[in-house]
Amino acid sequence: MSFSNSGNTGGETVIPSSDSPSLNGVTAAIDFDEPQKSYSLLPKQNSEVPGELLEVAMGPHHPSTHGVFRMDVVLDGERIVKLKPVFGYLHRNHEKIAEGTSYLGSIPYTDRLDYLCSMSNNWGYALTVEKLSGFQVPERAEYIRVIMAELTRLVNHICLVGFLMQDMGAMGTPLMYAFREREKILDLFEAASGARMMCNYLRFGGVRCDLPKGWLDEARKVVENFPRFLDEFEALLSGNEILIARAQGVGVLGKELAVNAGITGPMLRACGVNYDIRKVDKYGIYDRFDFRVPLGEHGDVFDRYMVRVLEMRESLKILKAALRDIPEGLIVDAKAKSRGLRPKVGEAYGRIEGPKGELGFYLISDGSANPYRYRVRPPSLINLTILEDMCLGLTIADAVIILGSVDIVLGEVDR
Amino acid sequence: MTGQLDQLFVSLKQWLVSFLPQAAQPMAGILLSISAIIGAFATMFAITTIMERKILGRIQNRLGPNRVGPFGLLQPAADGIKMLTKEDIVPFAADKLVHFLAPVVLIIPVALALAMIPYGRNMTAVDLDAGILFFFAVGSATELSVFMAGWSSQNKYSLVGAMRAIAQMISYEMPLVLSTVSVLMMAGTLSLPLIVQAQSGYIYEILPRWNVFTPWGLAGFVLFMIAATAESNRAPFDLPEAESEIIAGYLTEYSGFKYALFFMAEYWGLFAVSGLAVTLFLGGWNAPFPFLQWVPSWAWFFAKLGTIIFGFIWVRGTLPRLRLDQLMNFAWKFLLPMSLINIVVTAMWHFSRVFQFVGAREMRWVLCALVLAIPYFFLGRALGEGRPAKRNYKFAE
Repeated sequence: MSFSNSGNTGGETVIPSSDSPSLNGVTAAIDFDEPQKSYSLLPKQNSEVPGELLEVAMGPHHPSTHGVFRMDVVLDGERIVKLKPVFGYLHRNHEKIAEGTSYLGSIPYTDRLDYLCSMSNNWGYALTVEKLSGFQVPERAEYIRVIMAELTRLVNHICLVGFLMQDMGAMGTPLMYAFREREKILDLFEAASGARMMCNYLRFGGVRCDLPKGWLDEARKVVENFPRFLDEFEALLSGNEILIARAQGVGVLGKELAVNAGITGPMLRACGVNYDIRKVDKYGIYDRFDFRVPLGEHGDVFDRYMVRVLEMRESLKILKAALRDIPEGLIVDAKAKSRGLRPKVGEAYGRIEGPKGELGFYLISDGSANPYRYRVRPPSLINLTILEDMCLGLTIADAVIILGSVDIVLGEVDR
Repeated sequence: MTGQLDQLFVSLKQWLVSFLPQAAQPMAGILLSISAIIGAFATMFAITTIMERKILGRIQNRLGPNRVGPFGLLQPAADGIKMLTKEDIVPFAADKLVHFLAPVVLIIPVALALAMIPYGRNMTAVDLDAGILFFFAVGSATELSVFMAGWSSQNKYSLVGAMRAIAQMISYEMPLVLSTVSVLMMAGTLSLPLIVQAQSGYIYEILPRWNVFTPWGLAGFVLFMIAATAESNRAPFDLPEAESEIIAGYLTEYSGFKYALFFMAEYWGLFAVSGLAVTLFLGGWNAPFPFLQWVPSWAWFFAKLGTIIFGFIWVRGTLPRLRLDQLMNFAWKFLLPMSLINIVVTAMWHFSRVFQFVGAREMRWVLCALVLAIPYFFLGRALGEGRPAKRNYKFAE
C-alpha cells in the first residue's frame, strides 16, 4: 500500500506495508492537499495588545514533564509562541556501553530504555540478534513472548491514561485506579522473571526460564478481569465533559506531518494512518492472532487517548487466544547460545511494535564478541520531535497534556 | 436543658466576662469572640486537612495517612510542627516586604469574613446590618494578596499563577454576588441573622422552609457553589495553583510557616464561603425537621458546613481541571446570564405569591422552573458549540 503524495512535495511517500492490510471502511489514500481541520476553541491571537513575551524553562524539574525533560517555552500571556524541547539530562551512554559489552550483557540495559516496557525492549533486541545469528525461536517461547509483550502494552497504555489525567489535573484518582491494575500484571512479571519492572527475561532464541506452575491460570484470571476494569475506567473518563473539552481539538497532528516526521505507534494511528508493525512485519507469531488496529481521525489528544484504550481491548483478544493456545515444549532454541555469542560478520535491523511505537535495534557485527555498532531507534524520541508543531498557539495547560499524550519515557528519549 | 445546651457558648462567654469590671466587659467580650473564632477554625482546619486526605485516599483506593497517632489523626500536628521548623526561604530577587505581607494580608480579611456568619442562635460575632455586603467587601480583598504573592516572588510560574488568579477570581466574583441577590430580595434584608430567621419555620409543620427548596433557591445554590469553588481555588477550578502546569502558581516560592498561613487562609476562605452558602440557602442553623429541634443550633450549622466541605473534597477527587479560556467562557457566558435570569425568576416567584386559585403553588413551581430550564438548555448548547462530541472509531483488520 503506498500513499501518493499528490504534487505538493513532488516525491512519493511510501509506507512499507507489504501485504496491504485491508482497511475497514477507511480510504487508503491520504489527500495531502486537504487542509487539516482544527477544532480549537481558542480565539485568534490578538497582536495589537502590546506586552512582553515571557520565557519560561519548564523543566527539567517540573511536575509534569515525565522526568528530566525541559521545554523552553516563550509565552505571550498564556499562549505559546515558541517551544523548544531540550533533552539529554538522562543520557547514560547506552549505545556506547553496549558496543563495549557482550551481546548478552546488553539485555539488562535494554530493560532500562523504556522502563515501563522492559519485556518489549528485550524482544526488540532479541529479535535483532536472532536475525543476525539465525536462531530459531521455539513455539512455546514465541507464545510467551507475545503474552509478555501484550501484557506490557496493557501496562504502558493504562499508565499513560493515568498520567495523562494527572496532567489534566485529576488529582491522581485515575492514576491510582490504573496502578491497581498495573500491580496485578507486575505480579505476573515477577512470578515469571523474578523482577517487576526490570525483567531481563528474553534470551536469544527463546526466553530465560519457563513459566512457573499455575502462572497461566493466574494470567487468565487477570486477562478475564481486565475488561471489567476498562469498562469502569471508560465510564468514568471517556464521556467526561471536562476531558472532552480539554482533549478534543487540542494538539492536532496532521497525517502528512506525522508520516514525514517518522511518527509511529498509537500517535500515528490516532492521525488515521494504518501502520502497525505487528500487521506489517508479522514478526514472531502475530499472523496467528485475530486482532484489529484502531484508527483515529482527527489526530488530537482525545484520539490518542481513545486509540490507546481501544488498543488495550485488542491486546486482550490476543492475550486470550495466546493463553488458550500456548503449547508445551522447549523455551529456548537448542542451538542458540547466549554466552560467548560471536555472530558472523553482517548487520541486522530488527523492529517491533512497542507500546510507544516502532522500537528498532540496529546491529553491525564484525565477528567479535561485542557488536561493532549498536543503535536504538527510540519511538519516544522521534515522537517528541514534533512537539512544537502541536503546541504552537495553544496554552501552557495544553502543552502539558500534549506532552502527556505523546507518551515519552525519558530513559528511552535520552538513552 | 436543650435551651442551655443550645446557648452553651453564649452563656459561657457571659459567665467568663462577668468576672471582670464593668468597664472592661465589652472589650473582653470582643477578645473572647475573636479567640473563639480563631481557635475553632484553626481546629477545624486541622480536622479538614486530615479528613480531606483520608477521603481522597478512599476515593483513590488507598488508605491515606494512618501512621501518626490512632488512625493517623495526629497527622495535622505533625504537619504543623514540620511547617514551623522548616526553613523560611525568601528568594534573593524577591520584593521582601511584599513577600512577607502577602500571607498576612490574606488571612486578615478571611478572618473578618468569618466573623459575619451566624453559627447558631445568638451566635454571631459581629451582627452588622449589612453583613453580607461586608462579607463580600473583605472577601474580595483576598485577590490583592494573591497578586502580591505572585508578583513579589519574582518567579515566572508565580506570575502566571497570579495572573490566572486575578482573572479567575474577579470573573467569578460576579456570579457569586449576583446569585445571592435573589436571597436578599426574598428576605428583604442584608443582615445574615435575619436571613436565617426568614428561613425558619416549616411548611405543613414538617418540611423546612429553606431557600434551597424553591426553584430560584436551588438554582442560586448551584450557581453559588460553582462560583465559590472557583473563588476558593478548589478543583476543578484550581488553575492558579495548578500543579501539573505551573508548579504551585503563586505559592511556588513560599515555604515554612508562610506557606502554612496561605494554606490555612485558603481553608478558612473555604469555610467562610461554605458558611455563607449554609446561611443563605440551607437555612443556617435551623434544624431540617421540627422533631430534631432539640439538637443545638450550632451543631446543625457545623453539620451542614461539614457536608458542603465533603462535597468540595468529593469534587476534587473526581474531576480534571478546566483550561483558562474555558473557565472564563463558563463564567461570563453561562454563570453570569444564569444568575441574572435567576433574579428575574425570583421576582416572578415573589409576585406570583398573590395567586390564590387551586394548584397555584404547583403552577408557580412549573413556571419558574421553565424560565430557568430554557435558558439553561440554550446557554449550555452555546457553550459547547463548535466541538464535535461523540466520535466513532474505525478499525483496520
